[in-house]
Amino acid sequence: MNDKSTNSLPLGEMSEGQRGLLYNYILGIADNSMILGQRLGELCGHGPSLETDIACTNVSLDLFGQVRNYFQYAAEIAGEGKTEDDIAFLRKEREYKNVLLVEQPNTDFAYTIVRQFLFDVYHLLFLEQMQNSEDETLAAIAKKSIKEVSYHERFSTDWIKRLGDGSEESQQRIQKAVDNLWTYTDELFHQTTADKAMVSIGVAVDVTTLKDAYYAKVNSVLEIATIEIPESKWFQKGGKNGVHTEHFGFLLADMQYMQRTYPGMEW
Amino acid sequence: MSEAEIEKLEIAFEQKITDDVRIEPKDWMPEKYRKTQIRQISQHAHSEIVGMLPEGNWISRAPSLRRKVALLAKVQDEAGHGLYLYSACETLGVTRDDLYEQLHTGKAKYSSIFNYPTVSWADMGAVGWLVDGAAIINQIPLMNTSYGPYARAMVRVCKEESFHQRQGFEIMLKLANGTEEQKEMAQDALNRWWWPSLMMLGPTDAESVHTEQSLRWKLKRKTNDELRQQFIDQTVPQAEVLGLTIPDPDLKWNEERQSYDFGPIDWDEFWQVVKGHGPCNKERISARVGAWERGEWVRDGAMAYAAKKEIKKAV
Repeated sequence: MNDKSTNSLPLGEMSEGQRGLLYNYILGIADNSMILGQRLGELCGHGPSLETDIACTNVSLDLFGQVRNYFQYAAEIAGEGKTEDDIAFLRKEREYKNVLLVEQPNTDFAYTIVRQFLFDVYHLLFLEQMQNSEDETLAAIAKKSIKEVSYHERFSTDWIKRLGDGSEESQQRIQKAVDNLWTYTDELFHQTTADKAMVSIGVAVDVTTLKDAYYAKVNSVLEIATIEIPESKWFQKGGKNGVHTEHFGFLLADMQYMQRTYPGMEW
Repeated sequence: MSEAEIEKLEIAFEQKITDDVRIEPKDWMPEKYRKTQIRQISQHAHSEIVGMLPEGNWISRAPSLRRKVALLAKVQDEAGHGLYLYSACETLGVTRDDLYEQLHTGKAKYSSIFNYPTVSWADMGAVGWLVDGAAIINQIPLMNTSYGPYARAMVRVCKEESFHQRQGFEIMLKLANGTEEQKEMAQDALNRWWWPSLMMLGPTDAESVHTEQSLRWKLKRKTNDELRQQFIDQTVPQAEVLGLTIPDPDLKWNEERQSYDFGPIDWDEFWQVVKGHGPCNKERISARVGAWERGEWVRDGAMAYAAKKEIKKAV
């Protein structure tokens, strides 16, 4: 995508194989937003203050709005009458492609906000690049989403600074969440087969190129927040290939409950 | 202040009420008016916040992306209503923390309908259609209530509530036109929510301790029984559109009154729920208290940060 000379193909001219890769590529992006949105939705009504409750719900709403754009496009690519809801709700656990970071539970508000921050910084960098995609639909979704995600990033960054440099307890809790979630950051920059294929035709963002800017930004915020940057170089991975953490099956059981219990109905 | 001065202020206050002039935060008001307003507005605010719980219960399980987004937005609106209403209440000289304290200790009440459980997706339809429907009937007259900040908050609240009510009706309509299982789900939800919705409009006029004074001060513009009748008359035709049966064998059109007659309400159940013996009273309060307690370190951390910033600014 950074190389504008690459030749991307309009949907109609793509081979079946290429369409399948594009479909998988879109799912990889959308699943991150959906699963994070789902986690935030669980908190609605249970936030530490009315204002943070409203803000977290707002982020969830934005993410689900983006998910609908992605899945409607993916459904169009899949054809055969597939709908956004089929894609969202009717896959098996191994078919979801989100990174492990976003499925981590809402252990406390520190985990929630650190998870958000670690994802938002990536998400913003990602969308900035995706605006230049040769795929017009993806570029348009990125342009629309970027305003929302800039707000998400500002919101989570402010809270990291506030709680990191707040009371002794808030600092300890943020530090603990950073220490425990850090291991999931590296996966954001792994390329899947679909990624590589779509990068080669200018559709996809080459996530490997985002890594330096990501850690530079994250580290600078953590430093201001008086949070120590974890030294661990051992990272977890698997989500992008459908191998999730033990939390994920429960999240799906909840999310898919209606569609599984009452198959084929409209709501 | 001398008694004569107070009397003069009281006369001027009553004159404003008679002339439909809004009472504003800085205006003099009788202590009892202030207390009554704090009670009414805070009860309303608490109802919004507790009301987020039974619907929030279905966000993670909403059956489609469209429904999930709509439900999230709806519950978020309720949080927003809570926020304006607590703010309106603060203009009367109480803090939000005091009001929370009253809610958490059971001193303050909230609408007892939220002590019923939401056990199926159809409950999201029934709550929107019936509970928000009854809420609007209660709230539209409040746009003309005598206390300015409350009246203004209600303008926005009512707009959003009527959107929620349509959304709830639309969920019901989809179910009513769906499969047998979906129709049953819708009917079951109506069966469970109908009577609590009627109770939601408050005890009968004969039993309502606050009605008379509240009407005189124009804090309330219609009696509970008038509002209840209006709700029934408006809702019965909607149930007919849905093809659902209202669970009241005594319900019938009264030609002479141009209104529906309806069967006896189980006020014993109502008072039991008000007293804390509803199916979810304990869960609702413990969810609110739990969120507040789990959030304490967050609020303290934010305060500590703000204090550090202040010191830095001063230096």
